[in-house]
Amino acid sequence: MEWVPFWPRNAATAATPVDTLFIAELAISAVIILMVFAMIVGFGVRYRAGSDASRSNLVRKSWRFEIAWTVATFLVFLGLFIYGANLYVWLYGTPPGDLEIYVVGKQWMWKMQHPGGQREIDTLHVPVGKTVRLVLASQDVIHSFFVPAFRVKRDVVPGTYETAWFTPTKIGEFRLECAEFCGTQHAHMLGSIVVMAPADYARWLADQGAEPSLAQQGEALFRSYGCSGCHGANSTVHAPPLDGLYGRIVHLQDGEAVTADEQYIRDCILQGAARIVPAGYPPIMPAFAGQIGEDDLMKLIAYIRSLGRERHAP
Amino acid sequence: MTTLTADLPASYLTKEQTIASWLLTTDHKRIALLYFASITAFFFIGGFAATLIRLHLVNPAGTLLQPDMYNRMFTMHGIVMVWFFLIPSIPNTLGNFLVPLMIGAKDLAFPRINLASWYVFNLAGLFVLYFLFMGGVDTGWTFYTPLSTHYANGYVVAAAVAVFINGFSSIMTGLNFVVTIHRMRAPGMVWMRLPLFIWAIYATSAVMLLATPVLAMTLFLVGVERTAGVGIFDPALGGDPLLFQHMFWFYSHPAVYIMILPAMGVVSELIACFARKPIFGYAGMTYALMAIAVIGFFVWGHHMFTAGISIYSAVVFSLMSFVVAVPSAIKTFNWTVTLHKGRITFDAPMLYALGFVGLFTIGGVTGLIVATVALDIHLQDTYFVVAHFHYIMVGGTVSAYFGGLHYWWPKITGRLYSEMLARFAALLTFLGFNLTFFPQFILGYLGMPRRYYAYPPEWQVWHVLSSAGASILAVAYVLPLFYLGWSLFRGERAGANPWRATGLEWRTSSPPPAHNFARAPLVTSAPYAYNPEDGSAIAQDGAHV
Repeated sequence: MEWVPFWPRNAATAATPVDTLFIAELAISAVIILMVFAMIVGFGVRYRAGSDASRSNLVRKSWRFEIAWTVATFLVFLGLFIYGANLYVWLYGTPPGDLEIYVVGKQWMWKMQHPGGQREIDTLHVPVGKTVRLVLASQDVIHSFFVPAFRVKRDVVPGTYETAWFTPTKIGEFRLECAEFCGTQHAHMLGSIVVMAPADYARWLADQGAEPSLAQQGEALFRSYGCSGCHGANSTVHAPPLDGLYGRIVHLQDGEAVTADEQYIRDCILQGAARIVPAGYPPIMPAFAGQIGEDDLMKLIAYIRSLGRERHAP
Repeated sequence: MTTLTADLPASYLTKEQTIASWLLTTDHKRIALLYFASITAFFFIGGFAATLIRLHLVNPAGTLLQPDMYNRMFTMHGIVMVWFFLIPSIPNTLGNFLVPLMIGAKDLAFPRINLASWYVFNLAGLFVLYFLFMGGVDTGWTFYTPLSTHYANGYVVAAAVAVFINGFSSIMTGLNFVVTIHRMRAPGMVWMRLPLFIWAIYATSAVMLLATPVLAMTLFLVGVERTAGVGIFDPALGGDPLLFQHMFWFYSHPAVYIMILPAMGVVSELIACFARKPIFGYAGMTYALMAIAVIGFFVWGHHMFTAGISIYSAVVFSLMSFVVAVPSAIKTFNWTVTLHKGRITFDAPMLYALGFVGLFTIGGVTGLIVATVALDIHLQDTYFVVAHFHYIMVGGTVSAYFGGLHYWWPKITGRLYSEMLARFAALLTFLGFNLTFFPQFILGYLGMPRRYYAYPPEWQVWHVLSSAGASILAVAYVLPLFYLGWSLFRGERAGANPWRATGLEWRTSSPPPAHNFARAPLVTSAPYAYNPEDGSAIAQDGAHV
């Protein structure tokens, strides 16, 4: 579709199915609009006050027509709904990524952290053809991570993690925009996604200098915030072990069972035992709300995710 | 005043002509005119902001206004147009004037509450003027938290107070209409003989009564959080920003129906009259109005598809959004088919009404596109959404409001206006509107987000087209000020029923006497007893017109 001068670029796997659905709905819309306009113009001309067209035999039993077009409209709408909902479940259910990027939005910039510890501002380098999973957090107001060429958008809501994904299909630079009004410089909360060939991407990563990985930075924080005092291997405190925690089902004191994803780990750290107590443990975890910034939180979570991964690796 | 009414019969306008007799009136017709004055002023304030926005966006670098000023302009445009023009437009002017006349009553059930609602409305308006002149608000009309409660610099609390107070005038008006329509119908005016305008106002009033209190609570909580730092919506204080969005849209989506339902009522009256035919499927039209009012309460989540609500709830809200579109589609078909075998004249009100049907259809089908969850991910918060809701609210509601104003102008003032200029304004509205907003659909799909004061140069052509259209639209909206104003002084006498319409409001003199009817009308037939064979009609009280 890119030969159309007013069509956005198509640079990720989501773009083609979204465009196809959009074109289908445009076609149905065009049919409806043409039908209505044709009837208005046609009837308007044929039955203008001066014309001598016959007005006899008016339709009296209107309910037959009404039921017919109510049912027809409903079925068409239902079809569109199912088509759209089905695609949405695929678009919004986040698959495991080949690559995970932590993104923090703040007035008015995007901070990106690669798993290897590389950091970028307003630019994100990714390899083509790999599924990139984003974990999004906001430091202040609501932002929205929007890459038109990828047909991906996700609000970045403070106080919670949102996840989104895309799989770029083309090499190039693509516009990243903030789509949720976030204050004075909202229109300049822009960035670009640089999609590179895998070899170029590997070279780019290497050129960023040898920084410790995100998990390694998290491990240092794990000690400096005192987490290791209770959760460490040699601790005498009866705290839940974190090895292999990520992705497991955790049973809580109140009977609920939750999956230990980023959001769960985040809530545990920030809210502590006041809100979340795993079954069988004493409610002693302190709350860290207000003491750990979004960047550090993401590093800690990257570290906790890495725990047990090595052990389970084949 | 005396010169304006010199050659007119004794009427509500001539009864007393002191300023106090206007400011303390309990006559629904005079209160309608008071409202008309207030909302016309706000329409031009909101329009002024729109003009600056469109001028600013001609240049991609956005240099006309400073960023903060631009943000304040679109916020003011939204707040003023939504709460101080669109929501009160048809109900409080045409509704106030016509509800008692169309059902054969002397006045509304609570004339003093009616007057009080106008004062409450203006008190709210004073707060708008206050925050406007003090420097404005830059949160957008949606007041999203925690931007509004913590980060915005403007006069958020004054704006919230303005909208909060404004809500009470909505509630008073809605209550008044519901009670009036239930209790004060003329003998013989049973429910299934009510003009569709009355049904539309009834459905609207129900929504006003049930939804507006939620808005009041939401804005009250925003004010509390902003001034007292109580954590409700701000996560830094332990609140939840999505809670705000749920509460806000629980009102603000039904508010869309507060704006469009009365327009549907107006258009039904106009199309039947100028096609000289009963409206097709009257009963179905009443069910559709009520269905929209009820289902409209269960679709608010479609404003939050990208905000992080669960996949399950997004899918349910999408389904409900498609369901609410069904009765709207039925109404569109019924209006169109009413033209079949009609005896159609294209007077200015009819041109506005047909323009409404066309623009509402475009707004409606693009509504299906944004109701499709998968597409909304791309379109949410872009110009596509901006174009879509302007097609409904401006193309729809404002066109119907102007159509209704022209249709009932002879009844309200007793004067005729220049038909030629009025038709010209109606056509100009349609053309200018499409040129303004159609390019915005394209900008939206290209990925231009809302509320951007600057944009990449390759999108300039669409913005220039849009701004060019806006200047045409501005002419189309200012023009009626002149010829309608002129008609007040020099317009021909209208006579009681210039359109040979069937409603009870046409069975009394123009302008109507202070107590509406010389004799209380007795209703003997359904509305819209037009005969397209010869263009004749039978009024609801049995008279041939």
